[in-house]
Amino acid sequence: MPKGSVAITAERCKGCGFCVEFCPTHVLELASAFNAKGYHPPHMINAEKCSGCNLCGMYCPDFAIFGYRFPDGKQSEKGGDA
Amino acid sequence: MHADPRCVLTGTHFINGDAACCEGALAAGARFAAGYPITPSTEIVERFAARAPKVGGLFIQMEDELASSIALQGMVWAGQKSFTVTSGPGYSLMMEHIGFAAITETPCVFVDVQRGGPSTGLPTLPAQGDMMQARFGSHGDYLTIALCPNSPQECFDLTIKAFNLAEKFRVPVMFMMDECVGHMTEKVVIPAADQIEVQPRRHASKPPSEFKLFEPGPDLVPEMAHAGEGYKVYVTGLTHDKRGYPLMNPQSQRELVTRLFDKIRRAADELTIIEAEGLDDADVVVVSYGITSRVAQRAIQMARDKGLKVGKLRLICVWPFPEKVIRDLAPKVKALVVPELNMGQVVLEVERCASGQCRVISVPHPGGTVHKPAEILAAIERGAR
Amino acid sequence: MSSVELHVHNPVEDLLRQDRIPTIWCPGCGIGTTVNSFAHALLGLGIDLKKTSIVSGIGCSGRVSGYMNLDSFHTTHGRAIPFATGLKLANPELNVIVYSGDGDLTSIGGNHLIHAARRNIDLMVVCVNNMIYAMTGGQAAATTPGTSMSTTTPYGAFEPELNMPQLVDAAGACFVARWTAFHVKQLERTMAKALNKKGFRFIEVLSPCPTYYQRKNNLGDALAAMVDYKKRSKIKNGCNTWETALLPGGDIIVGEFVDREREDYLTLMRRQLGSNYTEFPPQAEEEAERCCSEC
Repeated sequence: MPKGSVAITAERCKGCGFCVEFCPTHVLELASAFNAKGYHPPHMINAEKCSGCNLCGMYCPDFAIFGYRFPDGKQSEKGGDA
Repeated sequence: MHADPRCVLTGTHFINGDAACCEGALAAGARFAAGYPITPSTEIVERFAARAPKVGGLFIQMEDELASSIALQGMVWAGQKSFTVTSGPGYSLMMEHIGFAAITETPCVFVDVQRGGPSTGLPTLPAQGDMMQARFGSHGDYLTIALCPNSPQECFDLTIKAFNLAEKFRVPVMFMMDECVGHMTEKVVIPAADQIEVQPRRHASKPPSEFKLFEPGPDLVPEMAHAGEGYKVYVTGLTHDKRGYPLMNPQSQRELVTRLFDKIRRAADELTIIEAEGLDDADVVVVSYGITSRVAQRAIQMARDKGLKVGKLRLICVWPFPEKVIRDLAPKVKALVVPELNMGQVVLEVERCASGQCRVISVPHPGGTVHKPAEILAAIERGAR
Repeated sequence: MSSVELHVHNPVEDLLRQDRIPTIWCPGCGIGTTVNSFAHALLGLGIDLKKTSIVSGIGCSGRVSGYMNLDSFHTTHGRAIPFATGLKLANPELNVIVYSGDGDLTSIGGNHLIHAARRNIDLMVVCVNNMIYAMTGGQAAATTPGTSMSTTTPYGAFEPELNMPQLVDAAGACFVARWTAFHVKQLERTMAKALNKKGFRFIEVLSPCPTYYQRKNNLGDALAAMVDYKKRSKIKNGCNTWETALLPGGDIIVGEFVDREREDYLTLMRRQLGSNYTEFPPQAEEEAERCCSEC
């Protein structure tokens, strides 16, 4: 059961790969698909390993990804803080 | 709004132009200044450094004129009125931030106590060689306002005017003194605070959610919000849109630069500040400003004593140039005589506006002292022939 | 996109001007990464954002001010610090942060950096050091290390490079630190610590410039630079700043080097002026006038 997940705004991504490289649990990989600007945004390949630590969000220079933890280990979140 | 009585040194004083300028700034509401020592302007901020803390203000001596001329703008965006004071070489260093003040519409006053140049030139000897620099010194296109006092009393009165115009039009105002006016000691009458009109900051009248920092009002001047008020202002020296966001394209440039011009051009009548005497039947009119107007006064009297019909036109506000006044005058006179303590600067504007309808006689002087009245008299006589 | 993602929110977004994103920064530029650390530091402390101003000069890093949803001042090249000085002195309630680049702060603005540190003006200065003039196209900077290539040093640079921590330490800064864009969490903690301190605080952050510095020197892409930072960095808190020079291929000394107590400019001013300084509440003119006319 994963402890968290990531939210990706693919259109903001410039494909630098920081999030993939520095994810401590190797959750991410750059997709083969392109976004509208011609970059390969990341996607999750090991979603179950995500701890929601947000290190990807801290590294992303383009504010295109961030991690979040599920409340009390539950997989879905109703209200959120949006 | 009236001046704050706590800042006004009401009474009759025997002080020099530099001191009077300092008192004018305080009366106008300036409590902060940034500057760098340079003769013959420093006495203004020396006095300010002593006076300002007594009214909760501060003079900071910065590391150079580049720093002074931008620190003062930080003070303005923090909600204060502020100014800087310098002389030729320092004025050259400040040019970059006159442009910044113009494009960000930061109301502030640059005092230039002119001395002979170029470069280090003539410290502590007078000139009026920075007049074109006051108009065109910073790169790109902008308009500013420049006032020229000719006495310590005017150093007081017109410094207040300079701050008021800066606030009203949101422009940097150039206060173009010279060494003679700065160091001349005369009687200066400082009125009671309730006799001094002060233009307050044109502050945002809308809440942050509805406010755009560079949205022009009916007179093309936008309202201003300060740091720390919740408006999340965005101030940039880049060409920007009404929100202040950078928008660098020909349309945006046209809109912004045209407005920066038009807000001053539209007010041409209000900004025509002159002293005129005997123009109606004059054959020759002497056009002068600053200290030179006082020498011209003597020359005019000498010419009149010889029976010549001579008028006096003193430019108190040199920029924007009073184009209409010269255009109206040129067809009616034989000659316009323009003495100035430079090799011929403002005379170029007089020639432009006279458009060949009368003779325009420049009486140049490289500075270091003032004209001899006889030099101006000779030009008057030449013009009257 | 799952329903989960629709309900979550990146807190950093609250600190950005959303209508200005995407940024102008190149793919892999580390400036945005440093902004994340800065945003988390601000949010973590619960600082009054209404009273927080950010001031930049010119250059790639100079654009940070305009992306932050704060009072933003994008000033002239090199002059962010004197503008910020004026802002702070005229309204001491403001938290004023200067965020700019190495060329802007240390070269064209070097004199202002020295004197703001000497005066101990209450400012936090973040200097993003990409070791090159990037916005103008990859020219050598005062910080370009060793014999690096740049567009103005086509045969390799030969001017010795500037060591910023040593400079600002000598000038009197009360807090001096260096991290790289790789050290996102350490940078956040250091920024939070600096935000809580009074006086002149200086944080240098090394950041990749894949478009110019990395490319001109065959150092690979931005990711390679980040991995290089990770490998070469040595944390030495409290290190003498004269040991922190950045040399090509050498250790990158990072950490919090200086954390000293010094009274800031306004404290010194108030003490020295003593009774010559008078608090000056704004004039309540309208009330006064109304009172008089009715009486």
